[in-house]
Order: sequence, then structure tokens, then C-alpha cells
Amino acid sequence: MTDRTPGPDPELALSVRDLKTYIYANNRCNRALDGVSFDIHRGKTLCIVGESGCGKSVTAASILQLLPELSRIEEGEIVYHGAEGPVNIERLKRNGRRMRAIRGKEIAMIFQDPMTALNPVYSIGFQIKEMLLYHTRLGKRARHAKAIDLLRSMGIPLPEKRVREYPHLYSGGMRQRAMIAIAMSCDPRILIADEPTTALDVTIQAQIFELMDTLKREQGTAIMLITHDMGVVAELADDVAVMYMGQIVEAGPVGQVLRNPLHPYTRALLESIPVLGRGKNQQIRAIPGQTPDPYDRPTGCQFAERCRYRVDACAEMPPETQVSSSHRVRCWRHREFMADAAE
Amino acid sequence: MQPSEPILRLRDVHVHFPIKGGVFKRTKDHVRAVDGVDLDVYKGEVLGLVGESGCGKTTLGKAILQLVRATGGSVTYHGDAGETELTTLDDAGLFPFRKRLQIVFQDPHSSLNPAYTIFGSLEDPLRHYGVRSRAERRKIVGDLLEAVNMRREAMDRYPHEFSGGQRQRIGIARALSIEPELIVCDEAVSALDVSIQAQVLQLLMDLKREKQLTYVFITHDLSVTEYLCDRIAVMYLGRIVELCDAEELFANTLHPYTEALLSAIPVADLDRKSERIVLEGDVPSPVNPPSGCPFHPRCRYAQDVCRTDVPALRPYRTAAGGEHLAACHLIDQPPAD
Ligand SMILES: Nc1ncnc2c1ncn2[C@@H]1O[C@H](COP(=O)(O)OP(=O)(O)OP(=O)(O)O)[C@@H](O)[C@H]1O
Ligand SMILES: Nc1ncnc2c1ncn2[C@@H]1O[C@H](COP(=O)(O)OP(=O)(O)OP(=O)(O)O)[C@@H](O)[C@H]1O
Ligand SMILES: [Mg+2]
Ligand SMILES: [Mg+2]
Repeated sequence: MTDRTPGPDPELALSVRDLKTYIYANNRCNRALDGVSFDIHRGKTLCIVGESGCGKSVTAASILQLLPELSRIEEGEIVYHGAEGPVNIERLKRNGRRMRAIRGKEIAMIFQDPMTALNPVYSIGFQIKEMLLYHTRLGKRARHAKAIDLLRSMGIPLPEKRVREYPHLYSGGMRQRAMIAIAMSCDPRILIADEPTTALDVTIQAQIFELMDTLKREQGTAIMLITHDMGVVAELADDVAVMYMGQIVEAGPVGQVLRNPLHPYTRALLESIPVLGRGKNQQIRAIPGQTPDPYDRPTGCQFAERCRYRVDACAEMPPETQVSSSHRVRCWRHREFMADAAE
Repeated sequence: MQPSEPILRLRDVHVHFPIKGGVFKRTKDHVRAVDGVDLDVYKGEVLGLVGESGCGKTTLGKAILQLVRATGGSVTYHGDAGETELTTLDDAGLFPFRKRLQIVFQDPHSSLNPAYTIFGSLEDPLRHYGVRSRAERRKIVGDLLEAVNMRREAMDRYPHEFSGGQRQRIGIARALSIEPELIVCDEAVSALDVSIQAQVLQLLMDLKREKQLTYVFITHDLSVTEYLCDRIAVMYLGRIVELCDAEELFANTLHPYTEALLSAIPVADLDRKSERIVLEGDVPSPVNPPSGCPFHPRCRYAQDVCRTDVPALRPYRTAAGGEHLAACHLIDQPPAD
């Protein structure tokens, strides 16, 4: 090979640039995503965290082209870096051949509520084998064997028997594991998990997390994990993006963002939760007020009206600023916070 | 804190739900939702009740309030006028006690009647307990809403006009309306967003201080219990397996189930990454609980004795001289009884 210009980062699996997805209802427009950018890398977990309605699920739905009716990607790009080179997902037809091939096979998704994603009238085994039939060239026997293997690797007891059972016979934790089995059946490069454990007990959640860590380590799967739990972020993330009202307000490696949060919203979020091990005397501080009406968003910083550090400048939208090669923040006053932290 | 006076005393409480089946709807089996619980609730304390989904927390909470009736055992209320056994009282007999014992439910969306204004929902208990004048009821409801940091005018609006956190605060206002002594909070903050959860937690603590309330705080979130509770009871499959002061539970965990539960919680603290103990399998069914110790099929320390003998909940001495109850055969210190 002769000297080519350096290609894209070989580990890059997906990059989202300045994504704007709007939802329309009653002749009004909800700028659900208002300029979101991030990258997902092979063998890494990106956690997207933020309170209800900030746009986490819409981000996932945009990537998979599973947006609700009356919503549309208005601007920006979503580039999937597959084995055959980059693909601009936002230009593909929602239900075209290429998009259907990517969805499920190359980018898989697990949802908050496995019951809505599993089909109750088909056995778990049938649903896994469907995926394999559609996306691979395996024969009938091979598909059956692979389905059993997958269930076993997800820690489902008696997989030979369970493969024939219907979703309602599975417990909540087992259903979620079956979902992951289906999602992982075609060895996707990217796994998008939208609050996969919110409805589960912590002990079952620990099993699912163990599984996701293994996938990341052994298959090099790129994981995008959506959560509202800072504990989950601390536990699983390599990188974290904190969202508020349709924008990423702070993003970077988990150590930098949690140890040295620069956006007042990230700080407020961290101060609002009791942390196990800190006892009764820890101070928790509620974030005052509520999120603004999504159909009537402020023009400036979205967090300003709840922010302790608000100044006049906040009436205008702050730009995203790169404070190190990997850490960025959207706040007019981040320099002061950096100086504070340095002291 | 070890307040000496109990407000409620539970002894060997069982709640078994019949499972009916077949053409004749005969009772085929039982769900042993609560299966022999001894518990004292002390005046002015916050008692946490934790455990996995289906272990019987809600059922026990309801049994305390007689919203489900115990199928065995006793629930005694200790008031100024002496002791009263609640399990044998009928509805009329329970009426004066319902006023003292209240509950805030898990789901802020279904606990308020959508057809009533907030005033309509909140005045009901007041009317029941004899506040005759409407003007008086409006004044009390207005005060209650202010007590939970909402505006008085909210009383003339409907539930759908409020967010989840606001509805949960309205639920708390309703529980407070007839000045109870004890409130069972069943997952009162679990369905709320983090930022709103903190608002409700602070509200609960402020009200407790102001009104000398006693809480039984049901949750599966141990970080919240550590912050909020004086004592914590850990339930597994209808039984209490560990019970002691909150600090003691975290500093000196005795039961292997509690140990696994604590290790499974994701902690928002990068400096405290502990080894995650992954339990095998799912929570077993309360219809056919395992023999011996109910936790033995998932316990990494299980011995032969655990498979055959049910461990009793026994007291152990703590370093501070207090009492630490645990039900495990394998604790390597002699019990204090
Ligand atoms: N199907 C839909 N129809 C109309 N609006 C929607 C729809 N789905 C989402 N939205 C709106 O888009 C915005 C972002 O919602 P999104 O579901 O992405 O939030 P989220 O961060 O996933 O929240 P949660 O933590 O509650 O799941 C919100 O303002 C929401 O009201
Ligand atoms: N009315 C009922 N009839 C039959 N079974 C019931 C009834 N109510 C509860 N159960 C069963 O009793 C057991 C304990 O249920 P309970 O609701 O008390 O659990 P929990 O600890 O509150 O769980 P969660 O954390 O999910 O709220 C469960 O197996 C449940 O299915
Ligand atoms: Mg969502
Ligand atoms: Mg419950």
C-alpha cells in the first residue's frame, strides 16, 4: 500500500453529527434532538444519560430509523462504519432493503420493555431462528443449534427445553436475556440498549450487565447504553454523554465527566442522588423546578432557568466547546468551573 | 437511634393467597407472599423494607394497614389507649385506626382518580373523618398542598395536568390529610425521575421532622434506604432475612443475600468499584419455596444444612452493643440469644 491519507479511526463504529430530529404534533414542532453529535467505538460502551424526555430514545430511534409518525431527521448525519465502508443512514429509506439489512444484523437494539419487542404468539426459539433465517445463510438444523447456544450463553437454564417456550413463560429477567439473545444472534457490530434493566431487580440487572461487558470484551461489540441512572454510568461506561432537552450538554470519558463535571446540569444530577456508602449525613440537593415545555423551548441555554450559575449571557445558546481532546461542554461559564477545579 | 416504644408489633404474620384452578375453582395451591414475619415498628423511626420484586414487600405493607388481611399471626397497634389487636377487627372496628395508618402508593399515575379534581380526591378522607364545612375542607386541602410545596390553586385542577413528581406529592398530601401517625411509603420515589426523586425525598424528611411521623419505607433502591432509614429490614421470599440499624447493615453485612444485593447496586462513585457478585438464576417462586433456607439455591456459600433446615432470625451483638438480626446458618459468631 502506498501512502494514503489516514482513514477514519479504525475503531469507529458510528458517528452522529449535528443531528436534528423534530417531532410534529397539533401543528406544533418539538425539536426533540437539536444538534446532537457523538461517536461510538468498537469494544467501548457509551452511556447516554439524562432525565425523562431529554431525547435519549429519540436518539436511538433516529439511528435505527424507527422514529414515530410525524417526525423527521431535519439536519445532520448518522454515519455507520460497517465492514463495507461508511453508510449515511439518514439518507436510507426507512424501510428500504439496505436499512432493513442494517437494522438487526449490524445494529441491534434492546428495549426497556421486552414484552413489547417479543412477539407473544411465537416461541422464543422461533423468534431467534427468524432473525438467523433473515440475516444469515445457516441451514435449519444449524439455526436451531445456534438458538440453543445463544440462550445457553445468556445464562438461560435448560435451553433445549426453553427454546420451545413462549415469552409469557419467561420471567422478566429471562425475557430481557432472550431479547439480548435475539439482538446478538447475528453478531451485530453495534448494540443499542435503551434502559434495558429499568424494570428489573438489581440482582438480575447485574446478570445483564455482566453479559454486556462480556460482549464488549469478547466480540468487540460497540455498545450504546441509554440510562437515567448515574450508578449505571459509573459502573459500565467508557464514555458518557449527558443530555438535557435535546442536546448533549457535556460528554467525555467517564472518569473526566464524573470526577470533574463542568456543566452545572451534570453537577446538579450528581448532587441529587444518594450514593451508597456515603451514609445518612450526605447532602443531597434537588434540582429546583422542572424541564421546560418541549413545544416551547427557551431560545438560550435550555437549563438556564433551573441553573444556580445563570448569568445574562445564558439567554443565548452556548456553543459546544472542546475542553480537551475528548471532553466537551455546552456552557458559557465552563472556564470558571475549570479554574475552580484546578485550584 | 433506638426509640423504645413500638407503635406496631407484628408476630409470625402470614399472608397466603389462594391459587384457584380447574372447573370448580378449587384452591389448588397458595402463594406464600408473607411467610412468618416478626417485626416491631418504633415510634418516630424510618424503617426501610427492601428486597427483590415479588418478595412480599407490598403485601407486608398492606398487611400492616389491614388492606390485606393476614392469614396467620398478629398485628398489634400500641396507642395511648393501650394495645389493640388489628387482625381480628372488622371494618367498623378498624375505622378509627385507618386514620392513624396511611399509605402512599407505588404508582403516581393510578393512585389519583382522573375524574376528580385534586380537591375532590383530597377532601374525601376529611369528610369521612368529620370535617363538615366545605370551607374548612378547602382550607385544609390548601394547607396540605402548600406543605408539599405546591400552590393552593392546584386543588381545582385535574390529575392529568400534573407531572409524575407533582402527582406523587399530591399522593403524599392525601396521606397526610388526616394527620396519621404512620405512613407506609410503597416505592414512593421509584417511578420518579432522579431530579424529582430528590425533591420528594427531602419533602418526606421535612414532614417527618415537623409532624413526628413514623415511616415504613418500601423500596428496592438501597442507596435511598441508606440515606433515609434508621433501620432496614431485608426480605427474601416472604421472610425477613436481616434486620438492623442502617449503618450497621452496610458496615457489617451478615446475610449472603444482603451481601449480593449490595454488591449488585451500581454506585455513582468511581472510587468505590466493588466486585459484583452475580447471583445465579431468578427469584424463586413463592408458591413452591425451596426447602431449608429459601436463599440456598442462589447462595454461593450454601452447605448441606442450608438445604434441609430453615434458619431462624436470630440476634447478634454489634460492636456498638446493639442488636443485629439475621437468618443464616453460616454466620461465624454465636448468636446473642
Ligand atoms: N411518539 C412520540 N410522539 C410525540 N412526541 C414524542 C414521541 N416520542 C418522544 N416524543 C417527545 O420527544 C422528546 C424526547 O423524548 P424521548 O422519548 O427521546 O425521551 P427519553 O430521554 O427517552 O425519556 P425517558 O427517560 O422518559 O425514556 C420528548 O419531548 C417527548 O415528549
Ligand atoms: N392479590 C394477590 N393474589 C395472588 N397473589 C398475589 C396477590 N398480591 C400479591 N401476590 C403475589 O405475592 C407475592 C408478593 O407480592 P408483592 O406485591 O408483595 O411483592 P413486592 O415485594 O411488593 O414486589 P414489587 O417489588 O414487584 O412491588 C408475589 O408473588 C405476587 O405475585
Ligand atoms: Mg426513553
Ligand atoms: Mg410492591
